[in-house]
Amino acid sequence: MQGSVGYNLGFAAAVCFVCAIVVSTSAVSLADRQDRNATLDKQNNVLVAAGLATDEESLGAAEVASRFELITQVIIDVRTGDVAHGVEPATFDQRAASIDVARSSPAPDNSSRIMRIPHRALVYEVRDGAGGLDMVVLPIEGLGLWGTLYGFVALEGDLRTIRGLTFYEHKETPGLGGEVDNPRWKALWAGRMAFDDDLMPVIAVVKGTAGSVSDAPYSVDGLSGATITSRGVTKLLRFWLGSDGFGPYLTRLRGAGGTV
Amino acid sequence: MSKSREALIDPLFNNNPIALQILGICSALAVTTKMDTALVMSAAVIFVLLFSNLFISVLRNQIPTSIRIIVQLVIIASLVIVVDEVLKAYLFDISKQLSVFVGLIITNCIIMGRAEAYAMQNPPGMSMIDGLGNGLGYGVILAGTAVLRELFGSGSLFSVQLLPLVSEGGWYTPNGLMVLSPGAFFIIGFFIWGIRTWKPEQVEQD
Repeated sequence: MQGSVGYNLGFAAAVCFVCAIVVSTSAVSLADRQDRNATLDKQNNVLVAAGLATDEESLGAAEVASRFELITQVIIDVRTGDVAHGVEPATFDQRAASIDVARSSPAPDNSSRIMRIPHRALVYEVRDGAGGLDMVVLPIEGLGLWGTLYGFVALEGDLRTIRGLTFYEHKETPGLGGEVDNPRWKALWAGRMAFDDDLMPVIAVVKGTAGSVSDAPYSVDGLSGATITSRGVTKLLRFWLGSDGFGPYLTRLRGAGGTV
Repeated sequence: MSKSREALIDPLFNNNPIALQILGICSALAVTTKMDTALVMSAAVIFVLLFSNLFISVLRNQIPTSIRIIVQLVIIASLVIVVDEVLKAYLFDISKQLSVFVGLIITNCIIMGRAEAYAMQNPPGMSMIDGLGNGLGYGVILAGTAVLRELFGSGSLFSVQLLPLVSEGGWYTPNGLMVLSPGAFFIIGFFIWGIRTWKPEQVEQD
């Protein structure tokens, strides 16, 4: 009978049950496709950060795979910077590792809202014919305005100069902070210096226009209307390039003279 | 005019959810910098409206009055999640650009407004027509705003460059206001002005 507490509870339970089935069916049945999209998108972003693809091209799955062959995926121990063995790059899920207490440690105080640092990280190395290091692509993440930005930064073989930067996932406002996706803004990064002469990460997104690479090697134009996103990019880059992030790994590569 | 035709056509200009009722403004500002995002967003809202009105109308005599809002919300939220999952699987790039705004369809007042004001009182067929009409009314304003914003803000339509930009060697200096949210406010304001000049009965009395 309508109106009784029992009817209301029963009705609510029935609606929730049906809706739960609809929602979980759609999530489960589409999960494979979504995962494929996400992997493809991630690999494509590694290629874009590395300058091996541009945003304008929309590459098919096969083309992404073939260009990706130039790149070696390496799992490193973040704290020592050494190559870590026993973990398969293809199945390594860094984000899962970052929230797993057994596979990560608490991050030191930072303003990028990075809570934990994974013990292992997946980095991408590109080597020239002689085995010398041509570039490395490092995963980066950190807080913007609305949420965490996930992306990659590519460093030249000198491990100081930025080759490219890209974000593959963020929740920034379209048209404002969302312009971190804009190819023209991303193009400004190529050739800027991430580290100063003392190898401190000093790269910064500044308010307004920074100028050419030779005038302002350590600065990049800010995104107009997106001060907090711009600041977030500066902070997350400095964090991951610093000693708490990929510092030990970069130091090891520099010590090795860029060769294996 | 027949009742069903009225339910379909009325929300386009006579009783537009954005221009007259001033609902759903948040997403209208956020997703109209480009045509493709605006159209996908409109399609998503039309889908959710169609089916939320349908299901709520089918259940309208069974839904207990004391919990009707939450029942409506559960149905709307489920539909929105389904839309979000489908977009992630089939239109990955656009779903990335729409980011949180697909999820925010749940809070779009147009949808709850139609559920509460129409679907709870009317039979399923008419409710679907009403949902379609209101969704199209939302879509018309979104598409109109996006045409102006993309054309004058980025010099392109559907990402096809029509006005060559100064930064790429052309002659057109993009209007920065258009890509910012306030630009959409102005455009929607002009639309409202235009519609009320055309249909003076929409002007509120002092």
